[in-house]
Amino acid sequence: MGNKILMKGNEAIALAAIKGGVDAFFGYPITPQNEIPEYLSRYMFEQGKVFLQAESEVAAINMVYGAAASGARVMTSSSSPGIALKQEGISYMAGSELPCVIVSVMRGGPGLGGIQPSQADYNQATRGGGNGDYHVIVFAPESIQETVDVMKEAFDIADYYRNPVMVLVDGLIGQMMEAVDFSKPVPKRFLPPKDWAAGGMASHAGRNTICSLYLDPYELEDHNLKLQKKYLQATANETRFELINMEDPDYVIVAYGTMARICRSAIDILAKKKLKVGIIRPISLWPFPKAPLKNISRNCKGILVCEMSLGQMIDDVRIANEGALPIAFFGRTGGVVPEPEEVADAILDFDKRRVE
Amino acid sequence: MMEVKYRKSKGLTDKPLSYCPGCTHGIIHKLVAESLEELGVLDTTVGIASVGCSVFAYEFFNCDMIQCPHGRAAAVGTGIKRTHPDDIVFTYQGDGDLASIGIAETIHAANRGENITIIFVNNAIYGMTGGQMAPTSLIGQKTTTSPLGRDQHLHGSPIKISEMFATIDSVAYLERVAVYNPRQVRNAKNAIKKAFTYQKEKRGFTMIEILSTCPVNWGKTPQDALKWVEEDMTKVFPLGIFKDAGVPIHE
Repeated sequence: MGNKILMKGNEAIALAAIKGGVDAFFGYPITPQNEIPEYLSRYMFEQGKVFLQAESEVAAINMVYGAAASGARVMTSSSSPGIALKQEGISYMAGSELPCVIVSVMRGGPGLGGIQPSQADYNQATRGGGNGDYHVIVFAPESIQETVDVMKEAFDIADYYRNPVMVLVDGLIGQMMEAVDFSKPVPKRFLPPKDWAAGGMASHAGRNTICSLYLDPYELEDHNLKLQKKYLQATANETRFELINMEDPDYVIVAYGTMARICRSAIDILAKKKLKVGIIRPISLWPFPKAPLKNISRNCKGILVCEMSLGQMIDDVRIANEGALPIAFFGRTGGVVPEPEEVADAILDFDKRRVE
Repeated sequence: MMEVKYRKSKGLTDKPLSYCPGCTHGIIHKLVAESLEELGVLDTTVGIASVGCSVFAYEFFNCDMIQCPHGRAAAVGTGIKRTHPDDIVFTYQGDGDLASIGIAETIHAANRGENITIIFVNNAIYGMTGGQMAPTSLIGQKTTTSPLGRDQHLHGSPIKISEMFATIDSVAYLERVAVYNPRQVRNAKNAIKKAFTYQKEKRGFTMIEILSTCPVNWGKTPQDALKWVEEDMTKVFPLGIFKDAGVPIHE
């Protein structure tokens, strides 16, 4: 326990980025993620690293694009409307096969929305608002510890796949404090040298160009097929989830992030009412953990998808479960964080309706 | 013994240029390439191709090149330069890319004094997309989206980038040049080389605005197009040094 320190989520994210070897940060202020750039503005400079407050989210993601294209380990952070502005750059980075880490601290939407915690950007993160057939690898941790662990690893994953990786949390994880241990080592993974980077010809053989433009449709199709292969590889290797209380449950809850933690309390309440409820907690939202949803035991009576939105992940749950079980939804939105009792009531109500 | 009087710059690849006949992008490419070669920095240069006619610049310059989203070249350049401060970084942008969609990124890069060089090619029109009105189109200029001519009350007046950027404290060097005759070409070359020299000396933000032609979309012969630059464009966009080493000396 000696390694634990009490830290605010956003600051822990920033420190984890430094531990993960970030070279440069470019970002633009937006609530509720401001402590990330504030922390980095204090500590990046003294480590000889780059911190720059951009003039907009659009500029920030393009600074990330330039730094990544020339070979740096780079990140940005933002929140919902700001992530919306970054989508063009994210699509370009996926198209040009550039690694970066994007932290998204979700708030309520749509539009300017609010500043309270939300999960209404599931689709924004997993479907993306940028153009073209591309994917961002998205991790949605449920605690500050898990956020720190995934954040440290995110740079390696981005470099390995030459693709943007998003760490998706909500404002609650960003703003709360928890005890956190930074000493857990990052799993070793072979990272090929960045001999593709355009950082000046002196640093590599030949002439490097970074580009997402292919005017010949057959060439562009080939490029897309190559990307697709990479996405299949990521699906095989980076799908992450946690199974909680999943031995022969009466009902299964699917929830991620803060909502999953609320559901952990809810299943304790339900256990007292003699209902055995398990949780499938996706940690990677893309790739989405389909297998555990397909392999739910036959005795299970139904799935309740819980989100701090009006239902976005539920589409992936339906796809994964292939119509095997009845699926119901519980969600609060707009920045409202539900109580465990509300989730428990939703299960009881589902049970009652199912019997009727 | 035969003496080589002229050869193609090592700063250009062998890829045939994709520009229309009579367009002066080719001349400007040559001047940029020669400057980088003469300064001996081709191996440490990263160029940024923007979106527009010069989108394929990443195939033409013989240095590491990055193609970037429309208007964002100065931000991309910032990202490269901040993480690779010893590289020479330049952007090559048209007037639609720089003066319209990318004006915020350009102004802020200038204001931060980013040690990059912007090659700003102003031909008063959107060439690549087929001749639409640009922020730099002249009053009365007919384009495919201003068929009755640019009207100041409807469309505003041509935006004067060099004049505007001269007001920014952190700009180190700023000159507007043209390439409509050999004397102007030589002058443009000096300006471009000076900008890169300043960057090498880490003096800060440099931008060269180059008045260029678009005979096809202007509906003019190449010769008339050069004449239009000399007689019409320079009236609105006067040539000259607007700023040098941080001291405004224009007018």
